[in-house]
Amino acid sequence: MSRAIVLYLHVHQPFRIRQYTIFDAGVNHNYFDSPPNTQTNNPDIIHKVSDKSYLPTNKILLDLLNQYPEFHLSLSLTGTVLEQFERWAPETLQSFKDLVSTGRVEILAETFHHSLAFFYSREEFEAQVELHRKKIEASFGQTPVVFRNTELAYNNDIAYWADQAGYKGILAEGWDKFLGWRSPNFVYRPKYTENIRLLMKNYKLSDDIAFRFCDHDWKEWPLTADKFCHWLNETKDGTNFNLFMDYETFGEHQWADSGIFDFLKSLPSEWLKNSNNTFMTISQAIDSFEPVDDIDIPETITWADTERDLSAWLGNPMQQEAIQAVYGMRTEILSTNDPVLIEDWRRLQTSDHYYYMCTKWFNDGDIHAYFSPYETPYIGFINYMNTWHDIRFRLSDLGIGI
Amino acid sequence: MLGWELPPYNSGGLGIACYQLCKALAKRNADIEFVLPYVYNYKVDFMKVTTFSQMTAPEWIKKYGSVYTNLAGKAADFIYSQEFSLDKALDWIIREQNFDVVHAHDWLTFRSALKVKQLTNWPLIVQLHSVESDRAGGHRGNPLVEEIEGLGVTMADRVIAVSNYTKKAIMHDYGVPADKIEVVYNGLDKSEMEPLDDASAYPYLERLRSNGYHVVTNVGRMTIQKNITTLLMAAKEVIFRESKTIFLLVGDGDQYNELIGLAARLGIAKNVIFTGFQRGKQWRDSFAMSDLFVMPSASEPFGLTPIEALFYGVPSLISRQSGVGEIYTNCLKVDCWDVNEIANQITSVIQNPGLHETLVSNAKQELEHLTWDKPSQRLMDIYQQQAVGAIA
Repeated sequence: MSRAIVLYLHVHQPFRIRQYTIFDAGVNHNYFDSPPNTQTNNPDIIHKVSDKSYLPTNKILLDLLNQYPEFHLSLSLTGTVLEQFERWAPETLQSFKDLVSTGRVEILAETFHHSLAFFYSREEFEAQVELHRKKIEASFGQTPVVFRNTELAYNNDIAYWADQAGYKGILAEGWDKFLGWRSPNFVYRPKYTENIRLLMKNYKLSDDIAFRFCDHDWKEWPLTADKFCHWLNETKDGTNFNLFMDYETFGEHQWADSGIFDFLKSLPSEWLKNSNNTFMTISQAIDSFEPVDDIDIPETITWADTERDLSAWLGNPMQQEAIQAVYGMRTEILSTNDPVLIEDWRRLQTSDHYYYMCTKWFNDGDIHAYFSPYETPYIGFINYMNTWHDIRFRLSDLGIGI
Repeated sequence: MLGWELPPYNSGGLGIACYQLCKALAKRNADIEFVLPYVYNYKVDFMKVTTFSQMTAPEWIKKYGSVYTNLAGKAADFIYSQEFSLDKALDWIIREQNFDVVHAHDWLTFRSALKVKQLTNWPLIVQLHSVESDRAGGHRGNPLVEEIEGLGVTMADRVIAVSNYTKKAIMHDYGVPADKIEVVYNGLDKSEMEPLDDASAYPYLERLRSNGYHVVTNVGRMTIQKNITTLLMAAKEVIFRESKTIFLLVGDGDQYNELIGLAARLGIAKNVIFTGFQRGKQWRDSFAMSDLFVMPSASEPFGLTPIEALFYGVPSLISRQSGVGEIYTNCLKVDCWDVNEIANQITSVIQNPGLHETLVSNAKQELEHLTWDKPSQRLMDIYQQQAVGAIA
């Protein structure tokens, strides 16, 4: 039986909030329009990441798709990144469309705004998944059949929801606490579901590429496609090697001079040297392999940090206060039927905003351990809450009490 | 050691820093003789305190003024009278005893310290708790003071700065090379802190707080260096948005009357409370009573008050022009001149309890390390190097 690399790349950019003070609240509503050459300027970032990552990587991926008929991959693109491509980088959007038009790239479902809505409002969550479906259909002519939740946040409830909603597959971190002795290199069935299948990230192999690739202290450095495929070929167990990572791994997290592009270019030729080996999309893996067991995940896991939980987004009181403030105004916001106000409010739900308020690493003085456009998590919070106050102000302008 | 004040006769942070530093050094078995210009009849068991003058601190201050008061026009009188007293004490000491190192705190002791060095050739360490350009609030300082300060840092064997911020100022103002200056941060001696009790010294503020008011506090000398005028301008913006906000200003200084006038002119007098200089329980509750401590100093070599506030569970907003920010991470930081940003951040703390809570819980973990433990060890190492160097 053949064995497959299941490569899945996640593409996302938030609408970052500009420096927004209490003096702006009630005066300016342009939260996402930073002046040029500031850390939070969204078009600047889209241009930079396009040049460093999206355009060169898509060129390689398109070449590989043209060269190797066996080469397949899956992508997810959030609504917020697609809107930014449309406005500021149409050539980048076109390069993704070119990939999809080969017919060998699957696009996954998720929330339009890369939000944690599932945990705060089921209705809002479903509305955002629907918005995203429409956006993907309009942009790529494809209807997603596999669901991935923001930050790969997963539990039994999410699997149950996705099953009921008719998705054939869902993704999660292959976290040892729930896999136990089992390998992530198989297809599984989420506990308490009927038809849906679960693919779990092989975090060791994925992180070898996404995190350790440029680590000169790593004993396996430098990592070559040859060596990587050798490890996979030597692995006895498993049908599908689930390599799930941020798309921006290629060129942005790992810079071009690390050799990451050469690695990507030579991965198919090395892997396909063995005639039993192939590449599959998520759906193909689900169609090809029977589930080997049930997986029971009663608590929420994510693909982040060593804790693999939501603490990077919701771990401190600022984050809790901010997210509750935003979801707490949903009824009032929707009652306005004001599309601009509703969209601004939804953009505030993007999980990145809460990530910028994380103080886990800040405590150790290691403030560069994660990326944030704000000087401190506290400044991120202050900016965010000032925009929230302005949203309240706009509600009161429309006669809705605050 | 040569100093010019020790608590309870201190007019500011210098006396407290000297006292707590010596206490921590004594624990490391340093044998210290502390020389002061005026009578000091307070019990200190960890070091010997020597004075010459018959005058007590209050008499001294009455006659010559505090070292922090504006020295314009009478600087020379003030300096030379204090020096005379220090010199007399030292005259006697250096004839009787032998010391490994002479450690002099701030410019007022420097000329006496240099005389000792000339007579004995003992290694001289001078420590700067502030430089004249700080005290002048970024303006040109007193030329006589600059002359003495510059002479001290130039002639000393080693210079101690209380922060990198101060180190850079010494390098910039006096052209001292970087490798001659060591940074030794201040710490907080928790055993010296007044413990909390049930009875608040501010029942009125207590009542306001239970009615939804928030209290924003500054504790410090009211001088140009401390930049309270900017805080008042920001306060106006905060009160305009959050009317249930009280600004509690604790301290005395040459700007005291001016600031009261400014609060009235800005139309916020009802929301600004001036208490004058406080000690003990009143001092303690100035912190304990507040929701946010603000230190907007135009130039602050170290600035212990935010750490004292933290001891009482109060988060801080400090200016980036403050040395303490180098070792205190989980606080809000602004540029001292940025009225709007100061107002923006104060307003946010008042409006969002989650911000207050996160600041406090993270900062409390930092408090554990903000002690005199490491600073005193660092100083002992420096003494050791200098003492050995002198023999060789």
